[in-house]
Amino acid sequence: MIRVVLPQHLRTLAHVGMEVQVNVAGKVTLSSILDAVEADYPMLKGTIRDHITLERRPFLRFFACGEDLSLESPDTLVPEAVVSGAEPFLVIGAIAGG
Amino acid sequence: MSGVRVLVGTRKGAFILTSDGKREKWDVSCPHFAGWEIYHMKGSPLNPNRIYASQTSGWFGQIIQRSDDGGKTWFQPGTPPGEQTTPQGMPKGESNKFVYDVSPETGKPLTTHQWYDGTQHPWEFKRVWHIEPSLSEADTVFAGVEDAALFRSKDGGKTWQELSGLRGHGSGPAWQPGAGGMGLHTIILDPSDPKRIYIAISAAGAFRTDDGGATWKPINKGLCSLYIPNPTAEVGHCVHHVAMNPKRPGVLYMQKHWDVLRSDNSGDSWTEVSGNLPTDFGFVIDVHSHEPETIYVVPIKSDSEHYVPDGKLRVYRSKTGGNDWEPLTNGLPQQNCYVNILRDAMAVDTLDKCGVYFGTSGGQVYASNDAGDSWNAIVHDLPGVLSVEVQTLP
Repeated sequence: MIRVVLPQHLRTLAHVGMEVQVNVAGKVTLSSILDAVEADYPMLKGTIRDHITLERRPFLRFFACGEDLSLESPDTLVPEAVVSGAEPFLVIGAIAGG
Repeated sequence: MSGVRVLVGTRKGAFILTSDGKREKWDVSCPHFAGWEIYHMKGSPLNPNRIYASQTSGWFGQIIQRSDDGGKTWFQPGTPPGEQTTPQGMPKGESNKFVYDVSPETGKPLTTHQWYDGTQHPWEFKRVWHIEPSLSEADTVFAGVEDAALFRSKDGGKTWQELSGLRGHGSGPAWQPGAGGMGLHTIILDPSDPKRIYIAISAAGAFRTDDGGATWKPINKGLCSLYIPNPTAEVGHCVHHVAMNPKRPGVLYMQKHWDVLRSDNSGDSWTEVSGNLPTDFGFVIDVHSHEPETIYVVPIKSDSEHYVPDGKLRVYRSKTGGNDWEPLTNGLPQQNCYVNILRDAMAVDTLDKCGVYFGTSGGQVYASNDAGDSWNAIVHDLPGVLSVEVQTLP
């Protein structure tokens, strides 16, 4: 079970709390985690990554275990601590306020 | 007794203001979609309890919301609240998907448009500026978007298809963004001809289709814009808003960047009617629902000073279809007022007397229940108002 922490506005959209848990079959990568999030919470399609290109929206960033994974390839394997559920995968707004 | 429901989109959420037919006491329901920009909300003329909202964010993109109970509860079309799995056949998550149609069968190539510096820039979807439910088909709704294009949904907002004939008109490389972006902000459906639609884009101008959206023609003859290389060009004008009284569909009124104009031939040509306005820069324009020659504007000081002149908030009314204007000030601040009123932030109801409503960048929503003779602030301190629509309820 992969733990994913969402920014506040996406929690509201998906009617969930701060953290959701998703199952990922096979390799646990940036894209497979987001695929699983969008499958379970289809109202989030297009809000984290573009509908068509699947590119990360420019003002969002991805973190795990203190590492910034935002610029990594979508096929990048996430740290083992995320795979085991010890650490969450974080989706964070790149800038705050406003 | 009949009543009204005022739909207010702001920079930080949506607000719904309701009153009975007297329009003196108001209930305020708020905020919906807290923290998000709500560019526009509009109810279906066929089913007033169906309301669409454009919820948008620089972080999270475009969300379409729909209510089928008059704004009490909301959901993304095709994605009911509380359901986290996709039922067969339901296009969940598709309601937010606006993809320009570049297919060889129905689409047009994705070209470029003019950027602020005159260079060409790729067409990119950013947000929905305006939503216009159909006058005749309950599940059909139109959306005007940035970068400028017109989309239509025939399933209540679950899926959207571009009417690509507009973007593919051929003049796209001459279109350019206004200060707020290159948005298609005005959609007017002709009640006397379901195939006739008017739209307007900043800064391209006004266009009309007479075949349901397949082909379009620019309708900017008579417009003169000194801020573009050819002041009388076919396209490139920064049209801020266009209004029509549904009882007289052939007559249109326009607030351009500068200049207020009218057309008596469905947009084929325009005549300036700025007359004695203190300044003819502005954004909003609307028409009295029972008197088609009575129109309203709110003059703004200039294109570089987006606030009302002289610190006075004055709606100007013409009862002669333009040229001869009177300031309406009763109940409006007449000192130290420096607000703006954006293009989609004025609306009229159909009660007798006609109600007029507008919202300001300072978060006030003003209402007049006597066609503009007097005004009251329904609310004083909302976030900056982006849009105001009103529904007259049975």
